[in-house]
Amino acid sequence: MSAAVLIENLQKSYGDVQAVKDISFTVQPGEIFGLLGPNGAGKTTTIRCLCTLAKPDAGKIEVGGISAVASPKAVRQRLGYVAQEVAIDKVLTGRELLKLQAALYHLPQKIIGDRIQQLIEVLGLEEYANKKTGTYSGGIRKRLDLAAGLLHQPEVLILDEPTVGLDIESRMVVWEFLQELRSAGTTVLITSHYLEEIDALADRLAIIDRGVVIAEGKPSELKDKLGGDRVTLRIREFTSDEEADKAKHILESLSFVEEVIINAVQGNSLNLIVKSGQSSLSKIEQSLAEVELPTFSLAQSRPSLDDVYLAATGQTIMDAQIASSSARDLKKEKKQQMK
Amino acid sequence: MSQSISSQNIKSVLAPNPGISGQSNQQSSSLGDFIQETLALTQRLFIQLQRRPSTLVAGIIQPFMWLVLFGALFSKAPSGLFGTDLSYAKFLAPGVIVFTAFSGALNAGLPVMFDREFGFLNRLLVAPLSSRYSIVAASTVYIIALSFIQTAVIVLASAILGAGLPGLAGLSAIALIVFLIVLGVTALSLGLAFALPGHIELIAVIFVTNLPLLFASTALAPLSFMADWLQVIASLNPLTYAIEPIRYIYGHGDWAINSIVMDTPWFGFSFGAVILVLLAFDALILLAIQPLLRRRFA
Ligand SMILES: Nc1ncnc2c1ncn2[C@@H]1O[C@H](COP(=O)(O)OP(=O)(O)OP(=O)(O)O)[C@@H](O)[C@H]1O
Ligand SMILES: [Mg+2]
Repeated sequence: MSAAVLIENLQKSYGDVQAVKDISFTVQPGEIFGLLGPNGAGKTTTIRCLCTLAKPDAGKIEVGGISAVASPKAVRQRLGYVAQEVAIDKVLTGRELLKLQAALYHLPQKIIGDRIQQLIEVLGLEEYANKKTGTYSGGIRKRLDLAAGLLHQPEVLILDEPTVGLDIESRMVVWEFLQELRSAGTTVLITSHYLEEIDALADRLAIIDRGVVIAEGKPSELKDKLGGDRVTLRIREFTSDEEADKAKHILESLSFVEEVIINAVQGNSLNLIVKSGQSSLSKIEQSLAEVELPTFSLAQSRPSLDDVYLAATGQTIMDAQIASSSARDLKKEKKQQMK
Repeated sequence: MSQSISSQNIKSVLAPNPGISGQSNQQSSSLGDFIQETLALTQRLFIQLQRRPSTLVAGIIQPFMWLVLFGALFSKAPSGLFGTDLSYAKFLAPGVIVFTAFSGALNAGLPVMFDREFGFLNRLLVAPLSSRYSIVAASTVYIIALSFIQTAVIVLASAILGAGLPGLAGLSAIALIVFLIVLGVTALSLGLAFALPGHIELIAVIFVTNLPLLFASTALAPLSFMADWLQVIASLNPLTYAIEPIRYIYGHGDWAINSIVMDTPWFGFSFGAVILVLLAFDALILLAIQPLLRRRFA
């Protein structure tokens, strides 16, 4: 069976900005695949090329084995697309927008009414369907857009940062819905810069950074590959520099400890990378007790996707996020996109 | 998520189904698809109009004011000034009909431009439209319908103001002429909506085209009143080719396809010849915008 989505060595520039330098990944049928990356990583550009809104400069894009460049219409029929910024006609009601969408995807006239009603019910839009979309909250708009994207029962649903700007409740609604969608057999491709979102939802993911893929695989795989567990240790609520140094020295001599970092911002707490699968915590506590250092708190965790990103780029996603948002000219991009 | 629908049903609602659009008979239904998408897009424009009728209201009040104000402006003009037994009301009605249709058509590109700017157009472009010309077709159908409504109101108002009412054949001929001028100008405006960078530029183009084309036509004054150079321009202006035959219809109950309805500095045009000129104008514009549309619709 061919991959649901195949992207190989995709490149796309806007003027002299290389939005996508070299992106490849494969989405298998029936899975939720996450594209994780900070602002400006090239997620939306990749999605725009996939949805046939932008022509790639180079590379291969296939949906169910069909080339998006050679047969754009066949690809459009197979994809549902929920854009990052929802564009709705404020004057239309939700139901009218869905009717328009149904006609654009050529649903047979006789099933349109039923199909729209089903989606309205599944997405809990009964109360809003006959109101103008201009009156909707962000969460309701997203749900309407999900309904619109699924009206023609696409094989692959693409969502570009579907939960940005949503409150926690609406975000949970979207997450649960995507899981339901997967169990119904629809392939889902979702972009996000929220680690937890991708970690919680995605069967597999690709992390992209500045237009290139830096890791691809299952969340657990990527984290395991990184190796070791993360241990956070506080000797006291606020530890003195001397005590922190002393503890660091002692812990570094332990055989299962790979690295010790003193986090001054967090009151000199200690971050350790330890070999996984050992009874590390009790050994740490014991060796501290031997030199009469107390333990205020001690916790062990598996590495997170942020640690994966950190290991590959040397900064956390949050840091990258802050760095890139100051460097973008959104007006100019909007202009470019219309060309 | 919803209580009223069982989980088994939810599954079947959400499951993929590539056959839903009846792809088996792909080729044969593509005309049907084109009609379906065009109708849906047209319907959207009419819903917008119904919920925000101010453009239509303004589009009816404005020509009405033209009729009343210009009528009053020349109401004491010597009789026969605008041609034998042609009152100014009769003279003015055709000018207002054509100019109103023209202005409306010139603005046709604006909604499309706003769809582009707000990203709504992307919703249409990711859909498997049978042809993206359905977007153009929908706007054209909509603008033509609006022009017919406006024309009907102007014809009635003029009748009340003393211009008389052409017969059924005359009214049909007027509809044909309005159709031809609106088709070409709408196509031009839509072409610009895809070619220009944004709505500021489109509005600028509309602004510099609108009134000059009005004054360089025979809408408000006959050719014989004009300076020689303006006569030449007015004789090349497509608006003149729409105004003059309608004016002839208003002035003569007994017009025919070979009646000479229009004089230029060079030669006269029969009714049939004027229609051919308008057809040529449409063909020229439709050809000219092809590359603009294709660039975006490739
Ligand atoms: N239309 C455009 N014109 C010029 N530059 C662009 C355009 N679109 C994107 N870029 C640039 O390309 C890079 C990738 O942008 P893209 O929108 O694909 O990122 P993203 O991962 O979707 O980010 P975000 O999380 O902010 O949505 C950025 O540096 C951006 O400034
Ligand atoms: Mg984006």
